[in-house]
Order: sequence, then structure tokens, then C-alpha cells
Amino acid sequence: MSVLEVKNITKSFGKTEVLKGISFSLEKGEVLAIIGSSGSGKTTLLRCLNFLETPSGGSFYVNGELVYDASAQKAPSEAQIRKNGLHFGLVFQSFNLFPQYTVFRNVTLAPELKAAETYRKGTAEYRAEIERIHATAHSLIARVGLTDKENSYPCQLSGGQQQRVAIARALARQPEILCFDEPTSALDPELTGEVLRVIKGLKSGDSTMIVVTHEMEFARSVADRVIFMADGVIEEEGTPEEVFGDPQSPKTQAFLAKSLEKI
Amino acid sequence: MLFWDVTLQLLEGFGLTCLLFISTLVLALPLGLVFAFGSMSKTKPLQFITRGFVYIIRGTPLLLQLMIVVYLPGIVFHHPLTKWGIFGGNVEVAYFCGALAAFVINYACYFSEIYRGGIENIPRGQYEAGQVLGMTKRQVFFKVILLQVFKNILAPISNETITLVKDTALARSVAVAEIFFVSYELLSLKNIIWPLFYTGVFYLVFNTILTILFNKLEKRLSYFRS
Repeated sequence: MSVLEVKNITKSFGKTEVLKGISFSLEKGEVLAIIGSSGSGKTTLLRCLNFLETPSGGSFYVNGELVYDASAQKAPSEAQIRKNGLHFGLVFQSFNLFPQYTVFRNVTLAPELKAAETYRKGTAEYRAEIERIHATAHSLIARVGLTDKENSYPCQLSGGQQQRVAIARALARQPEILCFDEPTSALDPELTGEVLRVIKGLKSGDSTMIVVTHEMEFARSVADRVIFMADGVIEEEGTPEEVFGDPQSPKTQAFLAKSLEKI
Repeated sequence: MLFWDVTLQLLEGFGLTCLLFISTLVLALPLGLVFAFGSMSKTKPLQFITRGFVYIIRGTPLLLQLMIVVYLPGIVFHHPLTKWGIFGGNVEVAYFCGALAAFVINYACYFSEIYRGGIENIPRGQYEAGQVLGMTKRQVFFKVILLQVFKNILAPISNETITLVKDTALARSVAVAEIFFVSYELLSLKNIIWPLFYTGVFYLVFNTILTILFNKLEKRLSYFRS
């Protein structure tokens, strides 16, 4: 069974149709790269999956369970969105770390708030849960190579380090599907490598990932599957070898020619 | 007139100045937040009315507002503040409360615009990051947004607060015997001018203390940048 099944998602802003019926599915542990020019709807698609936008039409399933259906009688409640949203994690282009908290606290804040809702403060269960959250946070921060920065504030970190913290923060909620929205687009060229290496390192686990990216080399080497989007539709889909090596659609060919152009 | 006598008289006036200052702050800071939410409301009529009100209050002199609140009930409605039951026939209390009401409304409007700016300046990504991490709207507001707003508005709020200290002198125009009223009485009745300068020192010292406090607060929040 696919971990994610997206069926005919559409999204319009006013009269502009940004997504014109997107369908795809994703197996557990798979890495999907979504490429395409600006305005093709890649980011909107990720935002729809993460409940930051409400799709105008279509539905999607996680592990066979319906998590969103535009044709449902009533709009989902905030609590429902919150619950279903936890299947997904999102790493933003602009990091969006919480500036007033240290690296460690950025990673632990959301799980700790959740623990405080689930268990009564002061009980043994609560303390055990907090301890578990802290241990997880230490190991996640180590995994993105920032153990020595645990007590730093975001303003003391480089963009690349901030993005690595954002990745650890997203992982701390243990999402089934982790999404990256152009994770290196806001970074200086010399800092993209460290972030891409971290993402690549996650692949060894069984985490399922969707990466919207402009880094063609990265998409080619890390992704199991590539989707090329243009004007709100999936123009081409396949393995990296198929999409990069032997693109069928003229739009894909034109896009790839431009993207891989050496100056 | 002895220096000591003047000091005592001025101190008495200064007590009233402080009372007016603190009461205005305590009431206008929360009321400003109410106005801010009103002017950001998605209910259009509410937004329109709040913004219109703030526009009028900010666009007219505080002196005029003081006179309207204090004198209009008597002149137009033949029901002067002093005769209102809640003031127990006490003229001083009545005028003080009238002046306080005008100050609170005026400052709440200024504060509301500061709050609005502070809240709207928080990048949308902060709310979105909180949401995708599974936090409730309430948690996002209190755990993520609030402190950043506080940092954003600290400098403009401290500015307004210092202006308020000096603006309390306007209450003299509606016969509130605050420090400026007292020193002006000394000038007009006893023809001595130096208490005016002495009064200036009171304001200066008060504002110096406030400035030090606000600087300390600002320093405590300087560990992060939003």
C-alpha cells in the first residue's frame, strides 16, 4: 500500500488555476523530487499537502486513510487539520526558525507542548516523555551536525545551519512524509552543499520525502522518482534516468536544457 | 517663599501627576489591545468603526478631547460631571476622572496602532511553522508570536510612555491640580517663576528613570533578532 496517494488535487486563487488536477502516489521510503520552473505550482502542491492551503478539489490518503477530501460535506475542523497535518512535516525555503529560542528549544518546543497536553505535568509519564523528547532532540541535532550549537540562537547561525536546525525540528515530530520546499533556494551557493548532504543522509532511513528543488544534480542523485511540473499539471514523471536522461515532453526537454545550461 | 514650602506643594502636585500617569498606562495598554484587535477584525463594520474612531482621536488635539470629555456633559447636556452620582459631588475627583478618561482613550488609540504594526510585522512563516509542527493557534500565539511582538513594540511604546509623562501637564487645562497646575498657580498668584524650572526637573528625573527601565528591558530582549 502506498504511504501517500494524491488524487486529482486542484487549487485556484481567485480566477487563477494554480493546480489543475495533480495525482501521484508514493511508496514508503521513497524520495520524490518535484522540479519545474517558478509558478508551475510545485510549492502550492506542498502547501496543500501540509494544510497551509486548502485544495479546491481532490483528495489525498495517507496509509490508505483519507486525510483530506475537498468534496466532503463540511470543511475539516482545526483539530482535524492539526491531527492529519502531523502525517506531514515541512521544511521551508526561509527556515522560519523561532528566533527567541535556542536551537535545542526550537527542536523540542512542539513535542513538549504536545506532551503537556497528553500527560499531566509533574507525573512520572510526563517526565519520562520529556526525557524521551530531549534524548531524541540531542540525537537529531547530532544527525544534522550541530551538537556544538545546541544553545545558540538562530541569529547566531549561518543560513545553512539554520536550515539544518529546521530539518531536525521537522523530524522531531516524526512525520511519515517529510516535505522540503526549495530548501536551498535562500542560501548562498557555498552553503547549499551542507544542507543537501543532510537531506541525502536521511534517505538511508526509511523516511519518505518529497523535495521541491531547483538543484538538478541533487534531484538526479537522490530521488527515486522525479516529477516535472509545468503550468499546474504533471508534465512528466519517472525515474531520474528517464526524466533527465530521456525526457519525452518538449516542455521537459526545454526546461532541462535551460537548467543544465553551462555558462 | 521658602524652597521647602514650594517643594512640598510641588510634591503634592507630582503625586497627582503620577496617579494620572500610572492610571492612564494601566487602563490604556489593555484597551489599546482591544482597539488593535478591532481594527484588525475580519468583521468589516467593526474594523471600519474602530479605524474611524482611532483616526479621529489621533487626528485631533488631546487638549480638545480633554475639554470635550470634561465640559461637554455640563454645557450641552446640562448634566455636569460634578453632579454625577459616582463622583459624590467631589469636583476634584470628577475632573480628575474626566481627564483620565480622555487620556485613556487618546493613548489607547496610539497604543492600538503600535500593537497593530507589531503584530502585522511578524512574518507569516512563523505562524505556518507553528502550524505544521502541530501547534494550536493559541500555542503559536502565546509561545511563538507574543514575545516577538513585545520586542517589536517596545521602542515605540517607550516613546509614547515618555510623551505621556509630559502630556499629563495638559490636565491643568481642566483644573486637575497636578504638578504643572501648582507651579503655574505659584507664578500667576505669587509671581514667582523659578518653581516652573523646578517642575521641569521633576519631569526630567521621572523620564530619566523610565528611560533607564526601558533600556534595561530592551537589553534583556536583545539576545534574539526576529
